[in-house]
Amino acid sequence: MRQSYKLIFERSHEGRRAYDLPELDVPAVDAIPENMKNGAKLDLPELGEVDLVRHYTNLSRRNFGVDNGFYPLGSCTMKYNPKINEEAATYFDDMHPLLDEDMCQGSLRLMYDLEKCLCEICGMDAFTLQPAAGAHGELTGLMHIRAYHESRGDTKRKTIIVPDAAHGTNPASAVMAGFTVKEIKSAPDGGVDLDALREAVGEDTAGLMLTNPSTLGLFERNIKEIAKIVHDAGGLLYYDGANLNAIMGIVRPGDMGFDVMHINLHKTFSTPHGGGGPGSGPVGVKKHLMPFMPVPVLVEEEGMIHLDYDRPQSFGRVKNFFGNFGVMVRAYTYIRSLGGAGLKEASENAVLNANYIMNALRGTYEIPHDRICMHECVIAPGELMDYGIHTTDVAKALIDRGYHPPTIYFPLIVHEAMMIEPTESESRETLDEFIEAMKDIAREAKEDPESIHSCPKTTPIGRPDETAAARKPVVRFIK
Amino acid sequence: MRSYVPNTPAERKEMLKAIGLESMDDLFSDIPEDLKLNRPLDLPAPMSEMEIRDLITGYVLQNDEGGLLFRGAGAYHHYIPAVVPQLASRSEFYTAYTPYQAEMSQGMLQSIFEWQTVICNITGMEASNASVYDGATAAAESLLMLANAKRKDRVLYSAALNPGVIMTMKTYAHCYGIELVEIPVNAGGITDMDALAAALPESAGYIAAQPNYFGCIENMDSIAELVHANKALLVSYCNPISLGTIKRPADYGADIAIGDSQPMGIPMCFGGPYAGFMATTNKLIRNLPGRIVGETVDHEGGRAYVLTLQAREQHIRREKASSNICSNQMLCAIMSTIYACTMGPEGMREVGEQNIAKAHYLASELSKLPGIRMRYNTPFFNEFITDSDRPAEEINEALKGFGIVGGLVLPDGGMLWCATEMNTKGDIDFLIDMLKEVL
Repeated sequence: MRQSYKLIFERSHEGRRAYDLPELDVPAVDAIPENMKNGAKLDLPELGEVDLVRHYTNLSRRNFGVDNGFYPLGSCTMKYNPKINEEAATYFDDMHPLLDEDMCQGSLRLMYDLEKCLCEICGMDAFTLQPAAGAHGELTGLMHIRAYHESRGDTKRKTIIVPDAAHGTNPASAVMAGFTVKEIKSAPDGGVDLDALREAVGEDTAGLMLTNPSTLGLFERNIKEIAKIVHDAGGLLYYDGANLNAIMGIVRPGDMGFDVMHINLHKTFSTPHGGGGPGSGPVGVKKHLMPFMPVPVLVEEEGMIHLDYDRPQSFGRVKNFFGNFGVMVRAYTYIRSLGGAGLKEASENAVLNANYIMNALRGTYEIPHDRICMHECVIAPGELMDYGIHTTDVAKALIDRGYHPPTIYFPLIVHEAMMIEPTESESRETLDEFIEAMKDIAREAKEDPESIHSCPKTTPIGRPDETAAARKPVVRFIK
Repeated sequence: MRSYVPNTPAERKEMLKAIGLESMDDLFSDIPEDLKLNRPLDLPAPMSEMEIRDLITGYVLQNDEGGLLFRGAGAYHHYIPAVVPQLASRSEFYTAYTPYQAEMSQGMLQSIFEWQTVICNITGMEASNASVYDGATAAAESLLMLANAKRKDRVLYSAALNPGVIMTMKTYAHCYGIELVEIPVNAGGITDMDALAAALPESAGYIAAQPNYFGCIENMDSIAELVHANKALLVSYCNPISLGTIKRPADYGADIAIGDSQPMGIPMCFGGPYAGFMATTNKLIRNLPGRIVGETVDHEGGRAYVLTLQAREQHIRREKASSNICSNQMLCAIMSTIYACTMGPEGMREVGEQNIAKAHYLASELSKLPGIRMRYNTPFFNEFITDSDRPAEEINEALKGFGIVGGLVLPDGGMLWCATEMNTKGDIDFLIDMLKEVL
């Protein structure tokens, strides 16, 4: 199976070409000043179209997506990406973003309608679609919190409290937004430690960032008390929407007491992850944060959608234009396909599938927090560790059995964590086969641990040397 | 109802039974009853695929974007070869996520490595990241790079950067506690060197655009010399499609090259998704935000690609990370990579030359019209500004009737025009004929 693969730069033959342009129909001009000309030939590959097509087609075959197989990557909601969404997005390919409002009412209306849907699903009062990703949404949400406190002259509120179970982006976003971070330990049941939270809040508290269900896949049962503690201290509550797929139509962040939140359209609303992006991270706010939203804000007047830039308290903008519009079209197509009942059905089955897996693996793997989970479950190798088998080994063994591994070594508060998120779009037999593979790996781990250590055997490369890559970074091809 | 759940209601019941539960509601017993929604979501009814297609088409029909576009200002209409969307539509690419598992993600990792190489080669820089959200966020991220590299919290930027980029930088800078100082343009529409010289002391760096927002070509040689003489760093915000014809950032000594790769193979799509690129010198590589892919070997000695230099990143460093950025715009970056490799060196040169020629033909024809004037007498790439006797809004309103999207109206009443290889001589002549009636 091992097979190295040439870079496109190594397939170049001077003089070959894969492009053509029409003959120039206006006079050529020599307009660039001599000292600003690029007189040299760019170092780009030269090859014929068929060779270029085969290069990327075969390169894609060295990759694995949801369309190839089960991809239970926890916290990432790798659900099926419906094909009609892809088609719908292409309808808008030729739209320039800076058109007069009367020329782009359809696009603006679609964004406006999507905002309204998200408000209803989340129980918030307004949404901005501008952020391009989840972490970008976090930063944008935190900018609202900062602007809110600044508008009240409450300038000593410089601390964002983050549970130790949080995604790494939470503390990183807080620092980017100009806050300092106070981390609090989780309680033994995996939830927020209320005493630690009471201890942590004070006059410097700007807010708390919380994922609910948490990164352990557990619903935060004390959410009302948490909201009260933070609000009583004068702070605001931020909802990390990474795990929204568990609760659509069942409970809403706005009703739980959250003031501001982000959604990952590329998780909950089925838009493809694109190998790392583009995503989209809309931010929802309650009324008291609406004055601070990034511009432009979409408003409806007399049946027309307008772009409102006249927002004196707005903190600015976080991206050029309106956000990742193509991703919004996909998400809107999905929401309108499913309707309210379909979204609830999606969440219910996402939770069912996660519990089905967790239940079946009980006894074979360790379940550190063994109670009904939400849309994902966290397990650990348990007694397999006695045979020298770690989480990474289980992951590599799964690859050889045709699965993308779960998220591993996260959340950090569980030793050797494996976070499994099956999503609703997987059939029972897919789950059964995965469960069987997990059990088979556990059996083999005890009988022949060396065989597990040598996984993956079926992939184009073996386990890579990451230390060498970081020590002497080679980040581009040099002839 | 389409929820894309394959399991039948009967199968779901059996699965519930297997875990010892009666109903779906039992799965949510951890949620306090009084918090639950306990009513259906108030959303429009579900739709079949056929109905959905009609629904979205209905939105499309509410748009009236005209047929002929003479507008750029940060989003550009270029020809996208058929191979680009075809190859980027391989679902092995677009339904994958960040390549955390290198062994089964060599396709994506190598694609990123090729993107990094393309970006390095067209800018001349030594290191590139795997992309950021767009050009504006690339500029905002570069502020932190400058401040950290120079340990100074003052950054200068050109007034001739795209206004959306400037506003994004200002928003980020407020949070970082970085002071931003705007350097005005001179009568030629390019950086005022005296103002730059006066502001440079105690500054971490200068961010300039090439070509700039007004379309003008800056004298980056002189700017670089002045910036470096003040021990500051130069960031060049460049249009990648110009780099086959205009000098590469590294060749005039830029320390960081950034921009938006949209012109290379990414549809305009009403403003996004696009991909921001960031490239720099080996010296500053550890200040780069975002994902970076590196070459290494596997345990059998074969060539392999992995995410590398992760000690900079949020999932390892948490609050000490160089940025909060977690994702990149990989699918868009793949489009730009395939575009650049399809065009090759000759294509990148030719498309640049055609843009220059078309824009200059448009400019010269416009200049012949009474009541319309070029604002600057400075060399330009594919954009330029005119001033007119008749208000620009009125001109555009009249052009709209002919299916023409004219230049962008600027706050000061000017019009920012753009012509690319997509505008034929016939299109331009038609515009001019219509303008004769309008002016």
